[in-house]
Amino acid sequence: MSYTMTVSPDFSPDHIAGWYVFNTYLQRQLNIPIHLELYNNFDEQRKAIANNEIDLIFANPYDASMLVREKNFTAVAAPENSSDEAIIAVKEGSQIAHIEDLKEGTRIVTTDDPDVNMMGMIMLEPADLNKENTSTTIVDSYPLVAKQLIQGNADIGFFLDESFDSLSKFVKEQLSILIRSQIFVIRHVMLAGPKLEDKHQDIKNVLLNMLNDEKGPGVLNSLGISSWENQEHEDTEFMIDLMDTLVG
Amino acid sequence: MSTDVIERTEKTTTINYFDGSSKQVTILDEEIPYPDGKLIVSRTDKQGIITHCNQSFVDMSGYTEEEIIGQPHSILRHPDMPRAAFKDLWDTLKRSEKWHGYVKNLRKDGSYYWVYAIAIPNIRKGEIMGYTSVRRKPSRTQINECIELYANMMQEEQ
Ligand SMILES: Cc1cc2nc3c(=O)[nH]c(=O)nc-3n(C[C@H](O)[C@H](O)[C@H](O)COP(=O)(O)O)c2cc1C
Repeated sequence: MSYTMTVSPDFSPDHIAGWYVFNTYLQRQLNIPIHLELYNNFDEQRKAIANNEIDLIFANPYDASMLVREKNFTAVAAPENSSDEAIIAVKEGSQIAHIEDLKEGTRIVTTDDPDVNMMGMIMLEPADLNKENTSTTIVDSYPLVAKQLIQGNADIGFFLDESFDSLSKFVKEQLSILIRSQIFVIRHVMLAGPKLEDKHQDIKNVLLNMLNDEKGPGVLNSLGISSWENQEHEDTEFMIDLMDTLVG
Repeated sequence: MSTDVIERTEKTTTINYFDGSSKQVTILDEEIPYPDGKLIVSRTDKQGIITHCNQSFVDMSGYTEEEIIGQPHSILRHPDMPRAAFKDLWDTLKRSEKWHGYVKNLRKDGSYYWVYAIAIPNIRKGEIMGYTSVRRKPSRTQINECIELYANMMQEEQ
């Protein structure tokens, strides 16, 4: 039997090659065939999940809930000391200095990244802003969010903090951070599906042992992950409970 | 030369808890602003006793983590909060549903902070195993509406 692995479409483009390297590494360690399938956007990926085409996924926390509760996935590990945080930025020199300065009709530019959009909208609540009294433009990448802001086509932009931090110095100098979330508990997780059930422990062992393995550190480096840490089932349930309080 | 006089009205009140006990608390008319970009998180067991809380919970409540764990959430109970709000919270959670509302919380030093709170039951294998609450920053408009609403509710509860 062959298995399919995928990665939340919000991964950094710098790490595409890294995921292929990681997949090769996993297949050698586990001695099973795994095909890596990358999707351009969250919609396409969710369709594949709905059709039960996915067995292993580095999932966005927003999708983790559906994967665990509806598709019987189990978390095996998560990148150590990492959390998903959102940034709301404006064009440098903007009159807006605080969230509370924002008014109805605010123009938002963002990507289709669901957890960043959720955190971004929550951070607008103190200004009484919501989906109904703002307008949102979705673009394909964070550099494009920056571009729209700089060109004045939007008032505020939502970023994943990592993606904001990795914008070029030249671009960052033309932006200013309004707010940066400090939530700490929401993060991407590696989830394995029911078809791989008898391999869950093996996958966990491989991931947790990567730092001690000869080839492991190089592979981690190409993923931009310092190491994997164990994610117990209850850790995942807790994160899903948190997401439940934040969604809708 | 002018001097700003910061008026801190201080009074002592008795809070009567649902279980029949009561406590004398000092109330300061001083609001502590909600920290930007943060969530205040806590979890309880089935009885509502706090088992976990995050750093923002510690910072905003003014208690140490040791003082918080093992206590019920009523250590945050502010005398300006109507009883009906918490009855609604518990009734909703016991039906295994999500509750949300605005809450004025009391800090250890007697000052207060407003939150927009969401609470949910932690359901494992179909059973309620405990509760989680996540609070976020409310808007001033919503707070002002609640000040009026809660004052009216308190009057009716007299
Ligand atoms: C998950 C959860 C979170 C709660 N958070 C608060 C809170 O932040 N502030 C508060 O006054 N009561 C909170 N409560 C309600 C208290 O349990 C309690 O009902 C309330 O403080 C009123 O006190 P009393 O029931 O003793 O009258 C929470 C309850 C639960 C289950």
